[in-house]
Amino acid sequence: MLKFFQHIFIWFVLLFLYAPILILMVYSFTDSTMIGTIKGFSMQNYITLFTTPELVEMIIGTFTLAIGVAVLSTILGTTGAIGAFYSKRRTRGVIEMANQIPVINADVVTGFSMCILMIVFFKVRKETFLPLIIGQTALCTPFVYLSVLPRLKQMDHQLYEAALDLGCNASMALRKVVIPQIVPGIISGFMTAITLSLDDYFITTYTKPATFDTISTYVVNATKGAQTDIKTALWALSTVIFVLVALYVVAQNVIAKKEEKKS
Amino acid sequence: MNETLIEFKNVKKVFDDTVVVEDFNLEVKKGEFVTLLGPSGCGKTTMLRILGGFELPTSGSIMMNGEDISMLPPNQRPVNTVFQKYALFPHLNVYDNIAFGLKLKKLSKKEQDEKVKKALELVDLEGFEKRAIHTLSGGQQQRIAIARAVVNEPDVLLLDESLSALDYKMRKEMQVELKNMHKKLGITFIFVTHDQEEALTMSDKIVVMADGEIQQIGTPEEIYNEPKNLFVADFIGESNIFKGTMLGYHKVRFCGTEFDCVDDYAKDMVIDAVIRPEDIVITDESKGQFTGEVISCDFKGTFYIVVVQAGKNEIEIHSLNNYAIGTKVGMSIEPDNIHLIPYDTSINHYEGKVVESKVEDKIHVEFEDFEVDIDPSVLIPGAVMEDWEVVDAEGNGIDLMGTRVEASFIPSDADLTDEAEQGLVQGNIFSFIYVDDHYRYTVRTKSEEDYVVNDEDLWNQEDYVGVIIPMDKITYKIIEGEADEE
Amino acid sequence: MKSNNLRKQLAIPYAIFLLLFVVFPLLVVIYYGFTNGDGQPSFENFINFFKNGKTVGTLIYSFAIAIITTIVCLLLAYPVALIIAKGAYSKKAKFLMIFVLPMWINFTLRITALKEVLTLIEGNLAYHQFLNTIICMVYDFLPFMMMPLYNSLTKLDDGLIEAARDLGAGKRQVFFKVILPLSVPGIVSGVTMVFLPSMTNYVVLDMIYNSTYIMGSLIGSYFSAYDWHNGSVISIVLLLIILAITYLSNKYTEDDGTSARVR
Repeated sequence: MLKFFQHIFIWFVLLFLYAPILILMVYSFTDSTMIGTIKGFSMQNYITLFTTPELVEMIIGTFTLAIGVAVLSTILGTTGAIGAFYSKRRTRGVIEMANQIPVINADVVTGFSMCILMIVFFKVRKETFLPLIIGQTALCTPFVYLSVLPRLKQMDHQLYEAALDLGCNASMALRKVVIPQIVPGIISGFMTAITLSLDDYFITTYTKPATFDTISTYVVNATKGAQTDIKTALWALSTVIFVLVALYVVAQNVIAKKEEKKS
Repeated sequence: MNETLIEFKNVKKVFDDTVVVEDFNLEVKKGEFVTLLGPSGCGKTTMLRILGGFELPTSGSIMMNGEDISMLPPNQRPVNTVFQKYALFPHLNVYDNIAFGLKLKKLSKKEQDEKVKKALELVDLEGFEKRAIHTLSGGQQQRIAIARAVVNEPDVLLLDESLSALDYKMRKEMQVELKNMHKKLGITFIFVTHDQEEALTMSDKIVVMADGEIQQIGTPEEIYNEPKNLFVADFIGESNIFKGTMLGYHKVRFCGTEFDCVDDYAKDMVIDAVIRPEDIVITDESKGQFTGEVISCDFKGTFYIVVVQAGKNEIEIHSLNNYAIGTKVGMSIEPDNIHLIPYDTSINHYEGKVVESKVEDKIHVEFEDFEVDIDPSVLIPGAVMEDWEVVDAEGNGIDLMGTRVEASFIPSDADLTDEAEQGLVQGNIFSFIYVDDHYRYTVRTKSEEDYVVNDEDLWNQEDYVGVIIPMDKITYKIIEGEADEE
Repeated sequence: MKSNNLRKQLAIPYAIFLLLFVVFPLLVVIYYGFTNGDGQPSFENFINFFKNGKTVGTLIYSFAIAIITTIVCLLLAYPVALIIAKGAYSKKAKFLMIFVLPMWINFTLRITALKEVLTLIEGNLAYHQFLNTIICMVYDFLPFMMMPLYNSLTKLDDGLIEAARDLGAGKRQVFFKVILPLSVPGIVSGVTMVFLPSMTNYVVLDMIYNSTYIMGSLIGSYFSAYDWHNGSVISIVLLLIILAITYLSNKYTEDDGTSARVR
C-alpha cells in the first residue's frame, strides 16, 4: 500500500515538471497560436525558427557566448584550483572564500554590481561585450573551481612526486600526470559553465550591448510582445533544446554504464 | 662494495616549528640494503623524502658520490622511489607507466621496449604491457611500481613502507623477492618500515629511529643482540627488562638473584638487564638459578609462550614444552644472553630560575612546566628567610634572584593520574616499556619536556595524564656557572 | 623549492580575477550605496529605503514568496528524494536524473510553457496572482531542491536505519529520529538553494504579469532609471540577507551547499 502511494507521488511530481514542456512540444508541431485550440499539423514554427535572421542570430550569439565564456572559465578555474590546492592553507582559504561569493550571491546582485563596476565605474562601453563576457565568467568560474578541486583532493598526492622522481620537471608533471587525473572534473566544470551561461538572465541583461540578445533576454521580451509567430517559434526552440538536453543526459548515462562495465 | 655512496651530515628538518629529524648522520655504502626502522612519526619517512628530493633539509647536507645533492630537485637525482601506495599513474597502462622515465630521457622506441620487457621479467610479470592499472591486484601493482623505478637504473632505490599495504603472506613473499632483486641488481636499497621483523629479515644495516633521532645503527644481529638502549631493546623483538645492580666484576643482581654476565660495568652501578624470552631456559625447580610458578602458557605454532611469576616479576619465556599452570619451575640464563644497559641518569632533571618570592618564608622557583616554593635551606644549607630576604647561616644576606636551579626526582617516586589537573605537570604518554613488575612511562608536556614515571597501571600512548610528584621527593641544587644561550 | 612554486603560481591569474571582478564590484556597490549623486558620503539612501512604504512592502512580500516557495519545494522534493534514495525507486538511482533534467533547460522557456498551461486552465492569470506566482517559482526551483536532499539521503547508511529498527523503533520513529535529523544538512543546503533565488528572481513574475513586486525587480527598476545609488542600497540589503543565510546554514551543515547548484 505504501509502495502504491510512493508511485503516485513520484508520478504526480513528474507530471507537474514535465506536462507543460510536453504539451508545448506537441503544440509546436501545429499551426495553433494558443494551446488548447486544436488545429492541423504544421512545421511552420520550425521553419520560422531557423529562417528568421533575428532568431538565428540570437541562437548563434547565445551559444557562441556560452562556449567562449565556458572556455575562459575552465582555464581560469582549473589553473586557480590547481594553484590553490598546492598553496598554503591560508592562501587557499582566502581564494575559496572569494570563490564562494558568486556562488551564494543572488544573480541580480552579481549582475548589478558588475554593471556598476564596468559601466559606471570603469566606463567600459557595453558594445565591447567586455562587461558581458567578464560578468558571465565571474559567475561560471567558481563552479569550474568547485568541480575541479574535489578531483585534486581525491588524487593520490604522490602521483605528482612520482612524476618528479621519474624525471619530470614541475610543468611536465602537471601536464603529464596531474591534469589527466582531473580531466573529468574539468569537463563537468566546462559543461556547468555552458549551462550557467545559457541559463543566465540577470548578468546578461545588466551588461549586454543593447542590440544583442541571448535566449533568456529574448524570450522575456518576446513574452511581453504581441508577435504570435515569434512566440510559437519559441515553442519550437523549447522542443529542440529539450530534445538536445535529453539526448545529452541519455548519452552520458550510456557512457557511464559502459565505463562501469569496463572496470 | 666498500665505497661510500651516500653521506648524511647533521641533517635536521623542521616543519612549522616542530623538529622532525635532528642530528641525522649516516653513511651508506654502494650496494647496501639499509633499513630505516622506527614507529610512526619517528622521522624515517621524512629522511627518505629528503633523500628523494621531495623535502629540503632545514640544515645539514647530503652527499652522494662526493657531491652535495641537498638542493637538487627530484628529477635531477640518481634516485628512484617505490611509493607507499605505489603512485602508479591510473591514466596510463603498465607499459606507459614503466616507460614514463625512459620517454623523458628520450630513449628510442626500441630501447624502451627492451628495457620495459627486462623490467617486467625482473618482477615476474611478463606480458603485462597492455594491462590497465586498475585491473591489477595489490601485489601486481607493487611489482609494477618496482619495475617503474628500477628501469631507470638509479644508483639508489628508495622504498617507502612499500610492503605495508600487502597482506601477510604476500608480504613474506615480497620480502624474499626484494632481497633477491637487490642481489641481482647490485644497487643500493634504502627501505623504510615500522615492521621490525621485516627489517631484521631483509637488511644489511638497520637504522633504528625514534622521536626524530637515530637510536642505533648496526647489522640485524647487533641490533637484536646488543640493543644500545631500552627503546631499541623494547622495539626490536620481545624482551624481559629488569632493573638491577652491578655486584662486581662480571656479576650482576636482578630478580633477587645473582647472575654471571659478560658485560662489565663499575660495582654498584644501576643497570637495566635485557633478556630475550628465548634465552631463558626452564629447568627443574631444583636446578634453576631462580624459581617461579607458571601462570600462563599459550601455544604459538612453533613454541609456547610461558609466563612465570618469580617474586613480584612476571617473566616471559619461549619454550618448546607445554607447562601446566601452577607448575613450579626453575630458570637459568647463560651469561652471554644477559645484556646490560646502564641506567639512564640523564632523565628527570629540569632547569629553573629563582624569581621573586610569593610567600614570606620561601623562595620561588619557576620551571618550564611548574613552579614551586621551597625553603632556602634546600639550596644553601643553613640559610633562612628573614623579611622576604635570604640570609645564610652567618647572617649575611644573599641575593638568589635569577639563580639557576636544577630539580630532579626518580621515576619510582612519581605517579600518574587520569585527573590531569591534580598532577604537578600534565602531558601525553609518549612511550612506555615494561620493566620488572611495572611500566616505565615517558610523559611529554606541551613544552616538550619529558617526565619518566614508574606506574603499575596501564595507560595507552597519547593518553593525557597528570604527573604527581610529592614535593618532598624532589631534590634541588644550584647550577653553577653562566646560563648557556639557547 | 622551484618545482613547488610553479604550481602555486598557477593560482595568481584567478586570484587577481577574483579580486578585480568579484570582490571589487561589491566594494564599488558599497561605495555607491553610501554616497549621494554628488559623490558625498550619505546615509540618505538607506533612510529612504526603510522609510518608503513601497520598498519595505516589497521586502516583506518577497520574503513571503520566498518562504512559501521554499516550504512547498521542500514538501514536494523531500518525499521524492526519499523515495528515490530509500523507497520504492532505490534500485533505480538514475531516476533522479529525470527530476534534475529540467535544470538544464533555459528557465525562461520553461516558464513560457507553464504560463501557457496555466492560462489554459485558469483562463485569465490575473485572478490568482499570488497562487500563480508560487506555482511558477516552485516550478522553476524544485529541481534545485532535489539534488542536495537526494545527496544527503543516499549518503545515509542503511545500517543506521536497520539499527534503529533493531532497537525497537517503528517506521515513523525511524523517520523522525534517524532519517530526518541526519538529512538536515541536505535540507539546509536545499533551502539556501531555493530561498534566495526565489526572493530575487523577478523575471518569472515579469513574464507572467509584466509587473513585479519583489526585491530583485527594485534593482531592475533603478537600473532602468540609471539610479545607481538606490540600486546599490537594495544590493547591500540583499547581501546582508545572503550573509545571514550563509551564516545560519554554515552553522547547520559542513557541506558548502554548492554541490547542488549544477545547472
